[in-house]
Amino acid sequence: MQPKRGLKPYARTLAVALSLAFVAGCSSSGGTQDGSMDGTRGGGAGGGVAGSGVSGSQVGGTGIGTGGAGQQADGRIPQQRTIYFEFDSDRIRSEFESVLASHARYLRENGGARVVLQGHTDERGTREYNMALGERRARSVERFLSVQGVSPSQMEVVSYGEERPAARGQNEEAHAQNRRVVFAY
Amino acid sequence: MKALMTSWLAAVLLLASSLAQANLTIEITRGSDRATPIAVVPFAGGDDFPEDVAQVIHDNLERSGYFAPLPRRQMLDRPSDSSEVRYGSWRGLDVRYLVVGSASREGDGFRLRYELMDVSGERRMLGELVTADRGELRGAAHYISDQIFEAITGIRGAFQTRIAYVTAQGLGDNMQFTLYVADADGRNSQQVLSSPEPILSPAWSPDGRRLAYVSFETERPAIYIQDLASGQRVRATSFEGINGAPAWSPDGRRLAMSLSKEGRPEIYVMDIASRDFQRITNSSSIDTEPAWAPDGRSLLFTSDRSGGPQLYRHDFSSGEQKRLTFTGNYNARGRFSPDGEAIFLIHRSSNGFQVARQDLDSGRLVVLSDSRFDESPSVAPNGTMVIFATQQGNSGVLGAVTADGRASFRLPSASGDVREPAWSPFLN
Repeated sequence: MQPKRGLKPYARTLAVALSLAFVAGCSSSGGTQDGSMDGTRGGGAGGGVAGSGVSGSQVGGTGIGTGGAGQQADGRIPQQRTIYFEFDSDRIRSEFESVLASHARYLRENGGARVVLQGHTDERGTREYNMALGERRARSVERFLSVQGVSPSQMEVVSYGEERPAARGQNEEAHAQNRRVVFAY
Repeated sequence: MKALMTSWLAAVLLLASSLAQANLTIEITRGSDRATPIAVVPFAGGDDFPEDVAQVIHDNLERSGYFAPLPRRQMLDRPSDSSEVRYGSWRGLDVRYLVVGSASREGDGFRLRYELMDVSGERRMLGELVTADRGELRGAAHYISDQIFEAITGIRGAFQTRIAYVTAQGLGDNMQFTLYVADADGRNSQQVLSSPEPILSPAWSPDGRRLAYVSFETERPAIYIQDLASGQRVRATSFEGINGAPAWSPDGRRLAMSLSKEGRPEIYVMDIASRDFQRITNSSSIDTEPAWAPDGRSLLFTSDRSGGPQLYRHDFSSGEQKRLTFTGNYNARGRFSPDGEAIFLIHRSSNGFQVARQDLDSGRLVVLSDSRFDESPSVAPNGTMVIFATQQGNSGVLGAVTADGRASFRLPSASGDVREPAWSPFLN
């Protein structure tokens, strides 16, 4: 259940269809003395506006593959791009420190590379509070990378809260897969 | 011209197909034991109408939790006028109030006549003639429901209001989010915005004409304000970090929100015309989910400054921030009742996350819902009901519960998860 999101973050087609739905409030002026009701809720519809896709910029990708997971010493982006968190925690688990170290090395060695640290939570709790918790997780990763010498200008934090679950279901297994930070290059 | 027509037609078809999918149906899950017995007799002459007006009124009254309408099959006769009512037979059925009426076509529209009777007093309480344009029959039934509700309870009806909500389909990378506005009974839904990126936190302007919401359509969160009639919108904020939880001031001139541009989520108030910002919180914790008191003099918000999330109140004149919730270790996303005397919130208990009400005077907290993953409570403008997001099976659905917790219902959708309901202000 690795999210694919980190692979081509900017290749997503941004097609926001803005439906100009006419949603005037029920404009009844009825119910006064004469009891008449002139319901004039309109039914206008507008055209959609479709944005065009923004194509991705590939960073790295020229190295000769030697390939250990998260252990590349060449110029390739480390393969493991998701780390997971305990419930209600932004602490980096020790088993993911090597993953973070490999990303730190890659970013140090590729000063032009930029990464978006996408913070996610499980579905429990309120959405906007989870937005803040997801940001806290991503910032925790940002601090870790910063301590390892990555320039702040190479990193950006975006929290998705509980909005983009990687797994569905109201069980701990699904929740554990959703409490994550994704490295999106 | 032809191209314009074609694209317009395509847009209409797109809208029509989305309408078909997004309407919500209603299932009563718990009736109130204190509901008042009432009978809404089918209107004479309305058999071939596109809507069964009496049924719409019946459903509205039942859903309010205040009334227990008599099933039609138990009716002994079907009077259409107060002069035809035999009160004794309705008393025998324990009916306390009776609605009768008739319907006819008038030109392109409809003409409805209804009367409300107090059965025990054998007295006519209300009688009115209502005309409705074509396509406005349900609106007329909602109007009549409002009149009946207020005549009996003394509380203004909210059946002509609307709800905004968000649907989500898919998982992970492949998702589609759509913001809708529908009538309070889940019908007549209209798409406002659709995007492959998250949409959340819709909030109605106090005049009911605009929605503020958070959209990630640029792959970053930003707060937008959209005029519903024209579809025109502006981006209100797009700072680095969180741009979340927009909330309109009661005068409609300011927007409270949570921004993390300084590093941590803090509450700000933005003047919509001037785009001036006033910072409300300054803590090393999470501060989010602001909501205005009805008098505009204080803000409710969620903060974890004490460890876990709890609700606090910021007083604008004194600048004081006081903790309000002390029951349990998770209380978040508060909303005031319209009279300002209570707050509705999400409370975590051993049973999960549930909708609760806390009376501000006593501080007493009462859990209202009986599900486990509830979110986003939003209060009807007359304070009688709270709509919220919950889970049914593996899908997100909307639920509603009366402010006293006695009656509840659900509004399942045909497809996808439904979440983030926002009840409109009064629109008439």
